[in-house]
Amino acid sequence: MLWARRFWLKLQNLFRRNRNAQQLNDEFQFHLEQQIAEYLAAGMSPEEARYAALRSFGNSTLLKEETREAWGWVRAEQMAQDLRHAFRTLRRSAGFTATGILTLALGIGANTAIFQLLDGVRLRSLPVSAPQSLALVEIKGGNHGFGISDRDTNLTYPLYEQLRAHQEAFSGVFAWSGSDEVAVGQGSQQRRGRVLWLTGNTFAVLGVPPIRGRLFTDEDDRRDCGIQGVVISYGFWQSEFGGRDSAIGSKLLIQGHPAEVLGVTPPDFFGLEVGNNFDLAEPFCSVTAFRPATSVLARRDLFWLTAMGRLKPGWSTDQASVQLDAISPGLFEATEPDGYSTKSQSIYRAFRLAAYPAANGLSDLRKTYDASLLLLLGITGLVLLIACANLANLMLVRAGTREREIAVRLACGASRWRLVRQLLTEGLLLAAGGTFLGLYLATIFGRNILWLLSTERNVLELNLALDWRVLLFTASIAVTTCLVFSLVPAFRSSRAKPADALKSGSRGVTTGREHFSFQRMLVVSQIAISVVLLVGALLFMRSFRNLTTFDPGFREKDMLLAFINLEPMHLADVEQYPAVIRDLLTQVRSLPQVKSAATSTHVPLDGSSWTLGLQIGGHEGWSKFTWVSPGYFETMQIALLTGRDFNDRDTQTSPHVAVVNEAFARKYLGGVHPIGNTFRSVAEPGYPSTEYEIVGVVKNTKYAGLREETPPESFGAASQFPAYGPWVSIFLRSSSPPSAVFSVLRTKLNELNPEIRSHFSVFRKDIENRLVRERMMALLSGFFGALAGLLTMIGLYGVISYVVVNRRNEIGVRMALGASRVSIVGMVLWQTILLVALGTVLGIALALAATRGAGSLLFGLQPHDPLSLIGASVLVTAVALLAAFLPARRASRVDPMVALRYE
Amino acid sequence: MAKPNDLVQGTLDLLILKTLSLEPKHGWAIAKRIQQICGEVLQVQQGSLYPALHRLEQKAWIKARWKETETGRQAKFYSLTAAGRAQLEKEAENWSRLSSAINLVVETT
Repeated sequence: MLWARRFWLKLQNLFRRNRNAQQLNDEFQFHLEQQIAEYLAAGMSPEEARYAALRSFGNSTLLKEETREAWGWVRAEQMAQDLRHAFRTLRRSAGFTATGILTLALGIGANTAIFQLLDGVRLRSLPVSAPQSLALVEIKGGNHGFGISDRDTNLTYPLYEQLRAHQEAFSGVFAWSGSDEVAVGQGSQQRRGRVLWLTGNTFAVLGVPPIRGRLFTDEDDRRDCGIQGVVISYGFWQSEFGGRDSAIGSKLLIQGHPAEVLGVTPPDFFGLEVGNNFDLAEPFCSVTAFRPATSVLARRDLFWLTAMGRLKPGWSTDQASVQLDAISPGLFEATEPDGYSTKSQSIYRAFRLAAYPAANGLSDLRKTYDASLLLLLGITGLVLLIACANLANLMLVRAGTREREIAVRLACGASRWRLVRQLLTEGLLLAAGGTFLGLYLATIFGRNILWLLSTERNVLELNLALDWRVLLFTASIAVTTCLVFSLVPAFRSSRAKPADALKSGSRGVTTGREHFSFQRMLVVSQIAISVVLLVGALLFMRSFRNLTTFDPGFREKDMLLAFINLEPMHLADVEQYPAVIRDLLTQVRSLPQVKSAATSTHVPLDGSSWTLGLQIGGHEGWSKFTWVSPGYFETMQIALLTGRDFNDRDTQTSPHVAVVNEAFARKYLGGVHPIGNTFRSVAEPGYPSTEYEIVGVVKNTKYAGLREETPPESFGAASQFPAYGPWVSIFLRSSSPPSAVFSVLRTKLNELNPEIRSHFSVFRKDIENRLVRERMMALLSGFFGALAGLLTMIGLYGVISYVVVNRRNEIGVRMALGASRVSIVGMVLWQTILLVALGTVLGIALALAATRGAGSLLFGLQPHDPLSLIGASVLVTAVALLAAFLPARRASRVDPMVALRYE
Repeated sequence: MAKPNDLVQGTLDLLILKTLSLEPKHGWAIAKRIQQICGEVLQVQQGSLYPALHRLEQKAWIKARWKETETGRQAKFYSLTAAGRAQLEKEAENWSRLSSAINLVVETT
């Protein structure tokens, strides 16, 4: 137990420092007395005996220090001294300290916030047991737009059943789909809940335990089970039931059907898609109860399931892929959909399944924001770099004013390393202060960014709790920044030669040329980085402006959208709906607030797409297909180039007609006059092969998104839409305020039939909501660009002020010799201009190199957009001159007499 | 005069341990004893004993206690612990191995 004894002794020393020191004194004293007594006995005089004893004993101060070292804790003691000292000096210059901490906090806060987002979106593991052994099962390379898909790598339900029956790589496979919203509750209490459809075994395979009640098992997922039980998320349990245990077993009205609450999932289980949370979970067998009109489970062309499996012990995803590939032909053959052309069917049979690692879950957010977030992390990193350069500059200035103090201490025998350590401690304190404030700022930034990314209809929920990764990230940037900004000044000032510093009077050694050149270098790099950030900011802001002002080919201003669901009317025959919809449209058009209205099967720019294959003039091709009512082109203000719009004479029984866009005409009809040409669509389930006659050509409009080229598109008459059902989207043009129109519409629909469900939106807002990423990039890069400019301004101001103070004598002499104030201002500004010019050139070169990869995030301009480059340069120059003007003016106010007398 | 650093650290430790193996002593007595035995051969600055003593105390090889001397003064008496005795044996053995090896080299010419 020797180590324990030693540890105990060490620990005692920590608390007995004063007593130990006293006892050591006594010990030395005793020794000397003994020695003196001996010398006296040998016949020396008392005086002689004392000196002889002291001589033979040695340097007692040094010996005491050495003994103290034997006690340990010397380092800790010195550190405590350094900390106390640093704390005192920082408190004495509160302005410097506040600037330093705030600068760092902004830099660190921004970095941490972005990293937190990145962490939340892509680094966190799924909150289930052993997420490493989960694998996604997807159609390799996607289904190329076959059928209808949520994601083109998704599976159909029949395919999932086949997979489950034949796979060997997994101890369990499950699937889910999570894009539906349902009505929960009744009457005024009704709200919308997000449903996660899942197979009964999902929770068991994931290893997610209930925190109340029970979760689903395979028993709950029996064909045609109707609506029996529901599992709710922790968040829903808290908000709807106040977290009460009585929730279990109570009934919840879902789309009017009572369902028993079976259990609650744990708080950290957000579902399986990051950023896409759920309220309710239902087994797939209940789907039929919600959608009586169609049996989606049997559909072989509806790719809406995401499948995952847990690998058997010893299996890798690669091995699983091999096995899946081997069974794929059988699976796809068994689930081949009907009603397709033979060519389409052979494409389907060639699909293959493969497995992919899924530990971090699946996220559309990841795809959308990965590049943006990484770029933002880079931007905030640069901001932090500027902040560090600023602090380094400030520290250098301080070191300059403290060089006499340091010189005196060096002369007194302080070791350089000790001095460096002390200056580093100051930096450490600053960094610690900046980090804590930064962590606080990070939570604010993070919340605001999430708010920026959320829209009314899509509230983004991400777990932004601080986890070890975020803390580690922040700690490491804090330490790095601390080293960066305090090491150079520390070494520099400890290198000073004491004699020089003491000799050179009011002007210190560090004002030599070499010293300034380092500070200038810092300023030049700050300016260069600012230019890069401002170029980025301008690019993203201009890109966002381009997107919002871009002409999509139709006029989205004053356009409102109404989504109407007639399903609750429960009409006996689907055949009746078209007539009801036609009638509804007439009613809506008759409203005084509505200038014009039309129905459409597709909402432009919402990201969705409907493609049919076609045969035209002996060639095969494809086109986007949209069915619209007469008046659609007029309502959308899409110019009809030639031919006619649809009219009431186009009916279900009349020959099928189509209006195509310019892209269609150019691609398939070349120079031929398009009117009167015909094409035939390729059959798909619900869409039999049909011959269309082209009766008109309209101008190109953007289709699924603003960024893509306009595809060939053909419009059919709504009356000839083969796949009609109880749903319809109505476009309305109105110059009245949207809320007024909505309330009139609501009243009207209620008059027609109180069962009709509807949802209204402002078209322009819908489009803007799809630009949240661009809006975020524009706002954040603008914010950080401005921050960078501000920091650079502070840095430049500090350096120029310092230079001016140090050149006061020289300026005094110049003025005494007749230099005018203007020429002094000019002299100082000229120096700044040189720095700015160098920094800007460097910055532009860097910006050109750095933004090359950002092209995909931009719209309507190139990364080397000259306007942005020039704009950033002008901005930086203006800011720099402003920062330099104040010290320059101060320099010109120097009274030659005062300045010279000072020497 | 030899500085404490010039003495191999282990050597001073060995001397102290050996000196204390007979009976507890205070610092001055240890210094005297070493000087008596070694005489002029090993001139140790007296004070340099103390860092070594405190180091050995921290290693729990010796322990210290304040006691009255025969003259009635309070002094810090050091004595060997069990661990210290074991250490002494080990170091003494090391030393004799080392010195005989060096002797061998020096005398074989």
